[in-house]
Amino acid sequence: MLNNIAIGQYFPGNSILHRLDPRVKLVLLLVYLAEVFVFSNARSYMILGATAGLLIWISGVPFRMVLRSLKPLWWIILFTFIIHLFSHPGTPLWTIGMFTMTWEGVNQGVFISLRLILLILMSSLLTFTTSPLRLTDALESLLNPLKRFGLPAHELAMMMTIALRFIPTLIEETDKIMKAQESRGADFSTGSVLSRLRNMVPVLVPLFLSAFRRADELAMAMEARGYRGGIGRTRMKVLQIGSVDYLAVFLFLLMTAALCMISWAG
Amino acid sequence: MSIELKEVTYCYMPGTPYERYALRQVSVSIQDGSFTAIAGHTGSGKSTLVQHLNGLLQPSSGQVLVDGIDLKGSDKEARAAAKAARRRVGMVFQYPEQQLFEETVEKDVAFGPKNQGLDPGLVQGRVEEAMNLVGLDYASFRNRSPFQLSGGQKRRAAIAGVLALHPRYLVLDEPTAGLDPCGREDLIRMIQKLHRDWKLTIVFISHSMEDVARLADSVILMNHGECVIQDDPDTVFSRDDLLQAAGLRPPHIQRLLRKLQAAGVPVQTRAKNIEECLARIREGLKHAQ
Repeated sequence: MLNNIAIGQYFPGNSILHRLDPRVKLVLLLVYLAEVFVFSNARSYMILGATAGLLIWISGVPFRMVLRSLKPLWWIILFTFIIHLFSHPGTPLWTIGMFTMTWEGVNQGVFISLRLILLILMSSLLTFTTSPLRLTDALESLLNPLKRFGLPAHELAMMMTIALRFIPTLIEETDKIMKAQESRGADFSTGSVLSRLRNMVPVLVPLFLSAFRRADELAMAMEARGYRGGIGRTRMKVLQIGSVDYLAVFLFLLMTAALCMISWAG
Repeated sequence: MSIELKEVTYCYMPGTPYERYALRQVSVSIQDGSFTAIAGHTGSGKSTLVQHLNGLLQPSSGQVLVDGIDLKGSDKEARAAAKAARRRVGMVFQYPEQQLFEETVEKDVAFGPKNQGLDPGLVQGRVEEAMNLVGLDYASFRNRSPFQLSGGQKRRAAIAGVLALHPRYLVLDEPTAGLDPCGREDLIRMIQKLHRDWKLTIVFISHSMEDVARLADSVILMNHGECVIQDDPDTVFSRDDLLQAAGLRPPHIQRLLRKLQAAGVPVQTRAKNIEECLARIREGLKHAQ
């Protein structure tokens, strides 16, 4: 009942996108997201949208799966779209009661929705093409310079790795506990919000207990294998920037140059 | 009166790249009053199968009938009947002690009957009865925290929570997993008592062929989501080919008796436990003289 969550799911593959250095991917994604905010005009969005589509195609992740990552946020997108429809002054299109829909509103609504969709699609494309382990490796490597200022980069990355690793385990566990309590007549799907929350207690208590037990066991297992934090730790697979990465950065710069020209020169 | 599965197929996450068939065309029946074992290696679909018995999972295709009532009710009336039928099947998951959550054993055992909407007096009676059934003295255990009990006691408290629902059928998913030998023995005796004295129909999943030989009068052998055979233990244990394909071996006593037979000692191979095995060997040796 809980196995339809697409966000943060890795889709194994061997596309160019999968093989890119995760640090490069992460930085380029951040710049792309910034560009979505900076260049907010129709022609730029055409380029940004086309890039997104092209990248999804290159990644080899089924389009349906990428779209599924929009599902949990569908209502937010719809909600912002409707709010924008009615909240911009300008040429009226249609009036119901005190609300007036305007041309400017439609325009703005489409833009904001597109912006949200691009943000979500590209972010989930990163997690679709990068295994959680490589992603946290990238984070650690990017945060490394901040170690000098006392930021525990390795520990943060390790915490993230562990958290990501245990999401599916905990989902499975929740599913099992819910089924067991349902067999004893518990009801999770009817009643008021308050009573439903109260009905979750028989699930949450065992879930927390098992999470703590797992944390304890994991800590013990890590210590038993000599783990003592990031100092002096070496890696089996060291991240390395290769020619594909330079190519990706170059193409990305080209796209950015095109965006600049369209927005400011034309 | 029985539980019937008719050509049940179950598919996890259909229509996605992760689509996986856990059950294919499984048809088995669990007779009223029987002691049925479900055997098979990890991932053979045992757990998925038992979750169909009380409607936690609905088959992708096929039917589950409890006492003749289809658990997939089509209209409102049928759904109410299905709900009542589901209640007749008590389900004890693997490591059931991990689902304890209340402050006291009494409150935890009372969770099920309370959900059924029984009035408090009746609930208390059920709790007392269920706790005594599993060997946790009501007077001395009712106010203890379930988290302070020993492993075996916790498990029995959890089983009491299911027994308090007064099921006709009791389904146990590997009830003895992770218990020490004494705890295992106690638990098995308790389950036997429930079957003998309380006339409960028992369905249990087990990896131990010894336990299956000792307890069951019907065995369902699962392999790759299919039911390979359902028959009495002797017939199943004589099918070495099927057992081997399913990654299992006949119990030691059966293997010993078969080896003796192969060596020319005229022994019968029907034996449930060590005492019966010894008797077969004595008979065989007497014959041989």
